[in-house]
Amino acid sequence: MIPELGQFSLILALLVALVLGVLPMIGAQRGRERWIALARPAAYVQCGLVALSFALLAHAFLVQDFSVAYVAEHSNSVLPVRYRFSAVWGAHEGSLLLWALILSVWTALVARFSRSLPDTFVARVLSVLGLVSVGFLSLTLVTSNPFLRHLPGLADGNDLNPLLQDFGMIVHPPMLYMGFVGFAVAFAFAVAALIEGRVDTRWVRWSRPWTLVAWSFLTLGIALGSWWAYYELGWGGWWFWDPVENASFMPWLIGTALIHSQAVTEKRGQLLRWTLLLAIIAFSLSLLGTFLVRSGVLTSVHAFASDPTRGAFILAFLGCVTGGALALYTWRAPRFSVDTGFEPVSRESLLLLNNVFLVAACAMVLLGTLYPLVAEAMGWGKVSVGPPYFGLLFPILTAPLFLLVPFGPLARWRQDQAMRIAAPFKIAFIAALVVAAAAFALARGLPLRAVLGIVLGVWVIAGTLTYVRRFRADPQRRARGLSRESIGMLIAHAGLGVFVIGVMLVESTSIEKDLRMARGESVEVRGLRFTFENIEPLDGPNYRADHGVFVVRSGERIVATLHPQKRAYRNRQVMTEAAIDPGFTRDLYVALGEPLDGGKAWAVRIYHKPFIRWIWLGALFMMAGGLFAAADKRLRERRAQALTDAGADALGAAA
Amino acid sequence: MNPIRRKRLLLILLGLAAIGIASALVLLALRENLQHFVSPSDVDAGKAAIGQRIRIGGVVEEGSVRRGGEGLDVRFVVTDRFKTLRVHFRGILPDLFREGQSVIASGALTGPDLFEADEVLAKHDENYMPAEVADAIARGKAKKAEQAP
Amino acid sequence: MRRLNFAMPLLLFAGLAVLLYSGLGKDTRTVPSPLVGKMAPAFDLPDLLDPTQRVSGQSLRGRVYLLNVWGSWCVACVQEHPILMRLAASGRLPIIGLNWKDEPEAAVALLRRNGDPYSAIAADREGRTAIDFGVYGAPESFLVDAQGRILYKHIGPLDWASVERQLFTRIEGSTP
Repeated sequence: MIPELGQFSLILALLVALVLGVLPMIGAQRGRERWIALARPAAYVQCGLVALSFALLAHAFLVQDFSVAYVAEHSNSVLPVRYRFSAVWGAHEGSLLLWALILSVWTALVARFSRSLPDTFVARVLSVLGLVSVGFLSLTLVTSNPFLRHLPGLADGNDLNPLLQDFGMIVHPPMLYMGFVGFAVAFAFAVAALIEGRVDTRWVRWSRPWTLVAWSFLTLGIALGSWWAYYELGWGGWWFWDPVENASFMPWLIGTALIHSQAVTEKRGQLLRWTLLLAIIAFSLSLLGTFLVRSGVLTSVHAFASDPTRGAFILAFLGCVTGGALALYTWRAPRFSVDTGFEPVSRESLLLLNNVFLVAACAMVLLGTLYPLVAEAMGWGKVSVGPPYFGLLFPILTAPLFLLVPFGPLARWRQDQAMRIAAPFKIAFIAALVVAAAAFALARGLPLRAVLGIVLGVWVIAGTLTYVRRFRADPQRRARGLSRESIGMLIAHAGLGVFVIGVMLVESTSIEKDLRMARGESVEVRGLRFTFENIEPLDGPNYRADHGVFVVRSGERIVATLHPQKRAYRNRQVMTEAAIDPGFTRDLYVALGEPLDGGKAWAVRIYHKPFIRWIWLGALFMMAGGLFAAADKRLRERRAQALTDAGADALGAAA
Repeated sequence: MNPIRRKRLLLILLGLAAIGIASALVLLALRENLQHFVSPSDVDAGKAAIGQRIRIGGVVEEGSVRRGGEGLDVRFVVTDRFKTLRVHFRGILPDLFREGQSVIASGALTGPDLFEADEVLAKHDENYMPAEVADAIARGKAKKAEQAP
Repeated sequence: MRRLNFAMPLLLFAGLAVLLYSGLGKDTRTVPSPLVGKMAPAFDLPDLLDPTQRVSGQSLRGRVYLLNVWGSWCVACVQEHPILMRLAASGRLPIIGLNWKDEPEAAVALLRRNGDPYSAIAADREGRTAIDFGVYGAPESFLVDAQGRILYKHIGPLDWASVERQLFTRIEGSTP
């Protein structure tokens, strides 16, 4: 009864989405007040209906209604309660419903917080979002209905994949989807602007907070995924250039370009076409990611159960959304022509370079991810593109970015001189070299990559501090105070520096040892002694485990006691639970391999990973920076500042 | 040519040059880092060069897994039900590695019938087999059936 | 000329879409299995319900049958179960079960609860026969003719439309 209600609610939501997608758009075109006014209420109603549907699915999981096929496939009677909830989005059908839910929530939020925008514009934006919703809801209902019953009923369900029974897995997908779906808002703003043929760039200011928040969530979601893979998968890796990971990373790269491009367009009216295109591409990449993960086109650790029918549907959807938006761009973009109002050396051009490098990096990742598909289509055989490709090219394409980041905020708009920009950074440059040399000395020798990483990271951080120094030195700016947008920028850029230090250090100096250890044996890793003290069986709620005890000592002092486990779950899956001693400057990581010689010894994996936490710390900084910037008062003021509007109107008149 | 035009032209040329270099770099890196997927039958037919980095896939032949002495040496045989290939690996095998189950190994041939693996993958649900492996096996079986009278 | 500039993103996307679409079509699930038209792999396994008896490909020669790969752990198999019951009731095509990597007690219990559409069930506990058949998931079904040649492979749960369009049409064509 209740699952049927959930399905019914979803069908109603689809109908409302259809109304939302069509009527307000036509209303805006034809000036029909009543239809325009439908937009906001429709958005709220849609959100309520999808939320209800989701709640009912969650209910089915919580009460363990195994007559619902989806519940039976991914949950069973001994699954702990908290995982029953996260199992809702643990597989394809439920995760699509989560997408739809988050989309309807963003739509409702845009409806709520857009009072200061012209109603016709808002109507168009909401309509675009409604049409996207139509796509997702119909995709869910037609190909991936989570409410399907099956008869005869099962007495008990399968288990949820043990890899997914974990806190990280509870939080990671929702955060990720908040990001992907959030880009739909930037997309909708861009499409609405294209439809209206708005030459002035006020709409960019309105779309900035939404884009910044979406980007922040995406940053968090990706960082969570990386952190989760690190502690859950038992191999000590934090990024594998897996197609599904790449599918989330590409929108992030474009999203980063987008938030910077939006800043330029908002303040100077430049790079408008870049901003429009990037907004379209960011969301399109989110959709592409959805396609890649669910269609079976690429094999991957993460991929959901693949299905060509779903794949075809998503592809058609992608074709309509992206194809439609790009066609609109091709048609309307010429009228947005603005004279290139800046010189080769200026803040605009630095940010243009930023766009270029990020797009190039994204294209490189896209090529590597899709190449196996191309190869198969052309009959070149089955190939896979490994991490070496990405690992080599990504640093090359992004290194220029790290070098240029500190200069951007201090460069003048429109016209500047290279020497003038570079002058204040002498100290930062020297600091970078000094710190790297000090680290080299302290560590008694470091690999080249580690040194480079420290140089770049300290350069970015010191460069960011240079901005603060210059800011405080100028009495006028000091009086005005640092805007939240600037604070956000500083935090995020600093986070970038922290990130690159973490990455380069851990990739070049981590120690990984796979070895055979018998009970009582010890091994030395970087001055620490790891002793395999004991191993014994242990029972969990839905698994049986071998529970190991490892003690780490530095001399006589005990540094950590670690308890790695090898678990066998009900559905006969075997899982490695790694034991980690986290630290600011290093992680100690122990995982059990397999029993050898009938259990007399074990294959054991021991890692010493310096500075790995800095990777996620840097990402958290970036996220925080994005949220700070989104909260900037200037982006939210109802009455637009006279200066900005006058400038915009002048632009409008000139076009 | 007026200075603005010239500046623009310069920028465009620079841009094209950069794109050209970047593309060349990318394609080069791509070619160096591709891994072809082969089956034991392919290796037997000489389709894979010695020393070339490739992936092999098939099923772990029952009764073929041997653990080495002191270290983490392991030897096993991969089969596609038609031809076999010996594999040597030093390290910890993934949780889902089992005799009679599908496996994909990454590495290179050190001889016409010995494969040195540096990565062994069995990351799937134990009831799932990668499409490549299933195909390889079906082809192997078909060939075998053709050979039998 | 300028228009071409603006159209570039759209054109690039169109190319990408074509590529992705071709990738879908090439998906091995929609391409016929390499075994279709070839002789079915030999097998000789214990009968699930009476392990003293054997079920072998050899003993099944002489009539067309459907080999259905299933397991008590497979939820999608439960979905296709009513179709199998209906097919068995029609009497047009005997169904031989290949119980894949399953616990016999669980398999027997499921049949007792939901009904048994199979003329015989081979217990493939290790899964080697399934591997020989190139099975990569359950449920899968193979239509085998009287000489032991594979006529058709169906991946995923059967639905009645497929039974009529793919199975019944092929039985007509093959010699009994």
